[in-house]
Amino acid sequence: MERDMKVTLSGVTLDNPVIPASGCFGYGYGMSEFYDINILGSISFKGTTREARYGNPLPRVAECSAGMINAVGLQNPGIDAVISEELPKMREKFHKPIIANISGFSIDEYVECCRKIDSQEQVAIIELNVSCPNVHGGGMSFGTSPNSVAEVVRAVKKVITKPLYVKLTPNVTDIVAIAKAAEEAGADGICLINTMLGMRIDTRTRRPIIANKMGGFSGAAVFPVAVRMVYQVSKACSIPVIGCGGVETAADVIEMMMAGATAVEVGAANLRNPYACKEIIEALPKEMERLGIERLTDIIGIVE
Amino acid sequence: MYKRDIYTVTENRPLSAKTMLMVLEGDTQYIGSAGEFVNVAVEGKFLRRPISICDYDGQTITLLYDIVGEGTKIMSQLTPGAKLDLLTGLGRGFSEDKECLRPALLGGGIGCAPLYNLAKKLLARGVRPVVILGFNTAKDVVAKEMFERLGAEVYVATVDGSMGTKGFVTDVVREKSLECDYFYACGPMPMLRAVCGDLEWSGEVSLDERMACGFGVCMCCSVETRSGAKRICKEGPVFMKEDLIWK
Repeated sequence: MERDMKVTLSGVTLDNPVIPASGCFGYGYGMSEFYDINILGSISFKGTTREARYGNPLPRVAECSAGMINAVGLQNPGIDAVISEELPKMREKFHKPIIANISGFSIDEYVECCRKIDSQEQVAIIELNVSCPNVHGGGMSFGTSPNSVAEVVRAVKKVITKPLYVKLTPNVTDIVAIAKAAEEAGADGICLINTMLGMRIDTRTRRPIIANKMGGFSGAAVFPVAVRMVYQVSKACSIPVIGCGGVETAADVIEMMMAGATAVEVGAANLRNPYACKEIIEALPKEMERLGIERLTDIIGIVE
Repeated sequence: MYKRDIYTVTENRPLSAKTMLMVLEGDTQYIGSAGEFVNVAVEGKFLRRPISICDYDGQTITLLYDIVGEGTKIMSQLTPGAKLDLLTGLGRGFSEDKECLRPALLGGGIGCAPLYNLAKKLLARGVRPVVILGFNTAKDVVAKEMFERLGAEVYVATVDGSMGTKGFVTDVVREKSLECDYFYACGPMPMLRAVCGDLEWSGEVSLDERMACGFGVCMCCSVETRSGAKRICKEGPVFMKEDLIWK
């Protein structure tokens, strides 16, 4: 039997729910050296800010059991260069609507970047990154209080026409309060989780491995945290949720959807296995058959 | 193009207390030049291990690697017949066709590895490289005979003076009054800084950094250069001396 993998995010229909997460796939075109990326549901591109940023000093990465910590610090060429250089290259290799991940250090910056990216035809959804743990005075600092999330969402919604998804940080006491604040402020959807703040120490040198000392923890190890938060938020909100965090297999995608996700982002898994998303998409029909699932939309949030 | 494939270990033996030589059999068609690297998936470890290609031909890849942590320790325990998942076609290597008559090949510790295939290719086209290998102490010295067997002129420096010139690779250049017209270098950052600062010749260096992906998407290994931020795994690992910024 043909298995229906289509899902719809705020009117945007994807062939399947699998989306490489921001920061783990660049602007997509580089990955087409591995496979035809048009099999993907969509792509969330690298977190983009108003100005070009070099990011944090090296080393930026440390390994953990079943995961990794990174402190890249939003390295990106800036919104104007992304629009003039990266998006055309992306369009050559990826012919579907994309998700634009936008970050910032002030409400003005978020507004300006979102307004600019909103006019790009290939952008279907704007993903507001208020959850990057690796920069000071921006990113996550907007995502840790309901008031500041609401403020940035309201400001951005005034200048855009496309659906706005807010990517939330798990580094908070009450994820539901933050998600509800975003929804009440007009967000069209929620994406979670971004990385968890973590740290590793080199016991020989007695210093942190990462130059920035701390970084965002991701990978298979965070999957249960992500499932839990997707479940809590999707039960409390009526807008769609994109689940993200530690997804490595088709079974993980289905579990995340049963928890309440309408689509699923795959992050760190791409870094070890560049074919991770391809393998998940190819394995999904068989996994659906095994679990007696005809349409993926039937299982979204099915867990009581 | 990049390629992921499964390779078979045909040889994996110690060259010193910390350095291993591994030979793998499999598809090598995506390796384009000396100085590229492979990214090795190690069982039970989340990230791959980026390791310079020491040598390659139509069906084999030779790696020299130091046992520095848990991942390389696991690699060192593999026996012939073991299978390894590798990404190949990674990075931009040395300019093998650079017009020069007598380049210096400067290797610090395990940094000697990517210079081997380069030396082979330079010699094959009639260039006479001077190979200078630096180590901490005599018992760490590896690959000297490998380079000598190629027919290269080889010098060794050790920090404690237990073999060859006492000091660093740059001390060999001074002591032997070596006259070269270009250099290729790979080794620890302090060595590369000294090489770029002390030698008046133009040249290129291969950088090493902690990486996550190895194929240019995670931005974990970006360095600031005179022509902007560059990914060691993608635009590098080899950079022109003139392009690097030493802070």
